[in-house]
Amino acid sequence: MMDRRQLITRSGTALAALGSGTAFGSLRALAADTVTLPFENGERPLVKYPQKRLMIGLTSRPPQLETPFAVFDENVITPNDAFFVRYHLAGIPYDIDPDIFSIEVKGKVDKPVKLSLADVRKMAAVELVAVNQCSGNSRGFFEPRVAGGQLANGAMGNARWKGVPLKAVLDMAGVQAGARQVMFGGMDGPVFDKTPDFAKALDIDHARDGEVMLAYAMNGADLPLLNGFPLRLVVPGYYGTYWVKHLNEITVLDSVFDGFWMKSAYRIPDTDCACVEPGTSPKATIPINKLNIRSFVTNLTGGAKVKAGPVLLKGIAFDSGKGIKDVSVSTDGGATWQATKLGKDLGNYSFREWQLPVTLSAGAHDIKVRATNQAGQTQPDKPLWNPPGYMRNVIETTSVTAA
Amino acid sequence: MSIWKMTVRAAISILAIGTGPMISIAKPISYQLPEETAAFGPGPNQDAVLGNCAACHSADYIKTQPQGPAFKKDFWQAEVTKMIKVYGAPIDDADVSKIVDYLVATH
Repeated sequence: MMDRRQLITRSGTALAALGSGTAFGSLRALAADTVTLPFENGERPLVKYPQKRLMIGLTSRPPQLETPFAVFDENVITPNDAFFVRYHLAGIPYDIDPDIFSIEVKGKVDKPVKLSLADVRKMAAVELVAVNQCSGNSRGFFEPRVAGGQLANGAMGNARWKGVPLKAVLDMAGVQAGARQVMFGGMDGPVFDKTPDFAKALDIDHARDGEVMLAYAMNGADLPLLNGFPLRLVVPGYYGTYWVKHLNEITVLDSVFDGFWMKSAYRIPDTDCACVEPGTSPKATIPINKLNIRSFVTNLTGGAKVKAGPVLLKGIAFDSGKGIKDVSVSTDGGATWQATKLGKDLGNYSFREWQLPVTLSAGAHDIKVRATNQAGQTQPDKPLWNPPGYMRNVIETTSVTAA
Repeated sequence: MSIWKMTVRAAISILAIGTGPMISIAKPISYQLPEETAAFGPGPNQDAVLGNCAACHSADYIKTQPQGPAFKKDFWQAEVTKMIKVYGAPIDDADVSKIVDYLVATH
């Protein structure tokens, strides 16, 4: 959360940008290059940001960048410069001195604690490979379409996170009896003070499970600024909305946090499938929580023309941390399925690679991929629908032609 | 060398070992966003849109929304209402219908 002075400075900057940009028509309306995502109104600029390679530009201010899907075929670990970016509010801390940065632990604790980044780095470190996926990843494929960030499948990434367990930091402060949730705030915030500041909360037991992490490094380097430099929350197996960036405030509560971003936003239908009949509203909702299971082919894209004969299919699968047990592929639209060979196990929260040699006869093929986890959870044949466009995990179909 | 000086030097070197390399791992960042890639183009009541919507977000927030029959006046009316009621946008009542007209005409 920002203090009042920061807020005013940032509003001023935003308004100044507005004045020099839109009012005088000097905004660059054309990007150097574009891509067209495979849904209606899917044309996007390819944009270059500091610390990032060419990314798919969803929005400019605040920035939202999608990972080009080919990146997922290059490496099971998503490089920092290709990792997706999602902000909600345009008051972003663009100037950060890690020597001045500090994080507070307060609220229902015995002894409030204020830690510098150096203090955090001195604590015993842990490392974990985990997928961060946006709740609205793949929203552009929802049918009927829904409002929100119109993403294809690139609002996800898999990184090796290094930091300290949230539990260790909470223990330093001493959580008091009666604590129910822990609230997290970052340095980013709104442009106007009436806009609800971005803040999220986890139940106290989840916060103290030893896996939720305060991460200062990603794939062996500092976090890129747009991925939360210098410290972010990592909540393995949970959607990215909980992975608060620029984390500088941890507050232990004796109540359930009722801020906008928990109580009103990021809610899913309170049904087993987190879905409702397309076009209808849920009777009751709950906060979005664990990732559902997904899998993708990464080395072929829809509409591809391939040489008839032997083809090695490759891809990835992931879930909320139960662990991938099986990935099966069909090259005949789902009539028959073959088990694939799983790649190296980097941990239950990681992407799991798979591959399968197949022979494609001349003609059209609908290639389908379906993952099953250790708990027996799998992917649905037909897309599940909810009004905010969250949690898409239908069995993906990649249609190719062999000749 | 006095005992006092020796002690100070020892303390300084311990400090350097303890915190120096750790602090220097993360360098200060001053980040600059590139230019925006979309603008609120010409249309009815463009001024009302520039004066309200653009303060908090870029034009691509609107441009990338789906098109088609379900994304006409009712949709945009609901979006503008959401910006005011949910996100606290300080939009004058008189500007609401102007903004909706612009969005319907240009999207």
